[in-house]
Amino acid sequence: MKILVPVKRVVDYNVKVRVKADGTGVDIANVKMSMNPFDEIAVEEAVRLKEAGVATEVVAVSCGVAACQETIRAAMAIGADRGILVESDADLQPLAVAKLLKALCDKEQPTVVICGKQAIDDDSNQTGQMLAALMGWPQATFASKVQLGEGVATVMREIDGGLETVEIKLPAVVTTDLRLNEPRYATLPNIMKAKKKPLDTVKPADLGVDVAPRLATLKVAEPPKRSAGVRVADVAQLVDKLKNEAKVI
Amino acid sequence: MQRESMEFDVLIVGGGPAGLAAAIRLKQLAAEKGADISVCLIEKAAEIGAHILSGAVMDPRALNELIPDWKELGAPVTTAVTEDRVIFLNETGGRKVPTGLLPDCFLNHGNYIVRLGNVAKWLGEQAEALGVEVYPGFAGAEILYDESGAVKGVATGDMGVTREGEQGPAYQPGMELHAKYTLFAEGCRGHLGKQLEAKFNLRNGVDPQTYGIGLKELWEVPAERHEPGVVVHTTGWPLPSDTYGGGFVYHLEDKLVAIGYVVGLNYTNPHLSPFEEFQRYKTHPEIRKYLEGGKRLAYGARAIAAGGLQSQPKLVFPGGALIGDDAGFLNAARIKGSHAAIKSGALAAEAAFEAVTAERSRDELGAFPEAFKSSWLYDELHKTRNFKPYMKKGLWMGSLLFGFDQKVFGGKAPWTLHNSSDHDKLKPATECAKIDYPKPDGVLTFDRLSSVFLSNTNHEEDQPCHLQLKDASVPIAVNLAKYDAPEQRYCPAGVYEIVRDESGQNPRLQINAQNCVHCKTCDIKDPTQNINWVVPQGGEGPIYQGM
Repeated sequence: MKILVPVKRVVDYNVKVRVKADGTGVDIANVKMSMNPFDEIAVEEAVRLKEAGVATEVVAVSCGVAACQETIRAAMAIGADRGILVESDADLQPLAVAKLLKALCDKEQPTVVICGKQAIDDDSNQTGQMLAALMGWPQATFASKVQLGEGVATVMREIDGGLETVEIKLPAVVTTDLRLNEPRYATLPNIMKAKKKPLDTVKPADLGVDVAPRLATLKVAEPPKRSAGVRVADVAQLVDKLKNEAKVI
Repeated sequence: MQRESMEFDVLIVGGGPAGLAAAIRLKQLAAEKGADISVCLIEKAAEIGAHILSGAVMDPRALNELIPDWKELGAPVTTAVTEDRVIFLNETGGRKVPTGLLPDCFLNHGNYIVRLGNVAKWLGEQAEALGVEVYPGFAGAEILYDESGAVKGVATGDMGVTREGEQGPAYQPGMELHAKYTLFAEGCRGHLGKQLEAKFNLRNGVDPQTYGIGLKELWEVPAERHEPGVVVHTTGWPLPSDTYGGGFVYHLEDKLVAIGYVVGLNYTNPHLSPFEEFQRYKTHPEIRKYLEGGKRLAYGARAIAAGGLQSQPKLVFPGGALIGDDAGFLNAARIKGSHAAIKSGALAAEAAFEAVTAERSRDELGAFPEAFKSSWLYDELHKTRNFKPYMKKGLWMGSLLFGFDQKVFGGKAPWTLHNSSDHDKLKPATECAKIDYPKPDGVLTFDRLSSVFLSNTNHEEDQPCHLQLKDASVPIAVNLAKYDAPEQRYCPAGVYEIVRDESGQNPRLQINAQNCVHCKTCDIKDPTQNINWVVPQGGEGPIYQGM
């Protein structure tokens, strides 16, 4: 069983981003980039399935600039067997990425695609769902537990107010939630081994995909600064302020 | 427990200018001489350059030697210094020193204003391209010795150990990295360098090291306030003249201004707070004029070694060497050290290369200190060796004497003055005047926590505290009782906090280790040397972006 894991290169979660002065986006010059944490969980899950003897091969895929190779190498250091970089300098939006992944799924024929539920840069939460739709495959999103059986996957999902367990037919798309697992620390020997694992590079045109953006960003702005709090004398004043000033009750 | 191990010819601990220069030089020599030499470099930051914090004005001399075509290779060294302004500040104004009166060491013609973190990142790329194995995210946690007592390498830190010291679910043991020679390039007050100095008595017969804490912010300023290439150094206000320190404003490219403040850690008043001094420094009319209407982008702090030649430890020991600021190569009078770091790394690399190709292993690299002694770097450091000791005489007398030393003797005065240690200089709190620092305005001046936020620092919460107390009773019984807990003020990141119970009684020291920006000031300034800084998990700490 082959598992395909898409991994996205995003601004590291510890870094405080800054909106560019001209409002066209977030300044990422000189900024530390890392693998999207939800994708890291996806890689970890796939590697655990391989270590448990359920999966036979884990393929990490990244779509983006040449530096996304580092993200693929990071996935390999966790335990992915090989990598595919779909190299493009274009602004890749979720639909474009889903189409690129569809083209790779057609070629690679994985049994499961495990994606992060969303990327921490744009928080779109769309690519996994779009890929399932394009492939005509079942999907189980926000997984907190994944079991693969003969032709089926049993997935526990985090939903509003609790957990839901679904059984879906394979091949399928699964997207990971935070509590699915805790990714391992990559060890030095595994980082070294990862440098020698095979990594293919293709272009969107090779896959016959038009990645032109469908959405235009009009403006990026920082949220308004939170104003200082005030001290109220008693409950009556609090209720009055909530009602008449804040207008929330 | 058995750890995995790996063998290299040369291991380098620390990916700053010194370590990276050493790595690059080794691979250059190997290529020139057709030799095969394996070089591994580890760095505790999450990526190369992320723990680098410097002014910085860089003298390109050492870089010219190491990588003559650095311009063609796209080094982020682009803003040439156009003007030096040295200003003595008083509370309301300042007096600019005429350029003709400045000693040569204060002149920066031919130098560049750089973001040293970006330079390190670029050096890291050059090193990787030459075949150095560069591994950021791995901290050298422990020195390994062979049977003869020589250094045989380091072990990287364990990952996933819980606060109680037990193996957590994500536990990964560290790894032993063995080498014929190990070069320690941890920067100022390296925690392994400190152990090596003690183990091999490297400080015998030399002065104690003396330090400063440097605090820095990066600002984006309105175009009309930006003067690329201008270097401003100030001394005087807000520090009293008996306290060594000064500020800098460097106008970088892209409307960026680096502003910082250095306070000598031999200060005596325990009420002094370097962080607050820096914040109020920015309100001076001579400084504020550059920043108004701008926006603060980044903040950080780092201790620097300022003792110069007299305070340099012995550089070599069986199995390795100290390079860069791990050995105190900084030139305090010139307020720069990156060139010295690069040069010292290259010289150590040449000695290590010669030894490895002669099939030697784990002996003393005596050729390194010898080559250093006959290098321009030695001459440079020798000329300015009396700067820091002169400054002990106070700002005015010190400046006068140092100026005399430089102008009359050209730095070749027949005397060498001495340094003394910093940690034992604090006077009891009751004997010193309290300092009333202004409240931050949130525009030009800020508090510690909003500042630390901009350092992007992070540490896994569930791990052993990396700020160790030798004696847990000292923070209250000595530091609080006698010095009013100075760690609350000298720590630039709000790591140390005295908390009391609801009735305001039972003070105890709370250590917010997650805030730590790895500056090492506590390890230096704690009055009884009770705080020991050790490395947390690799990949943690600040994530500076071109600081």
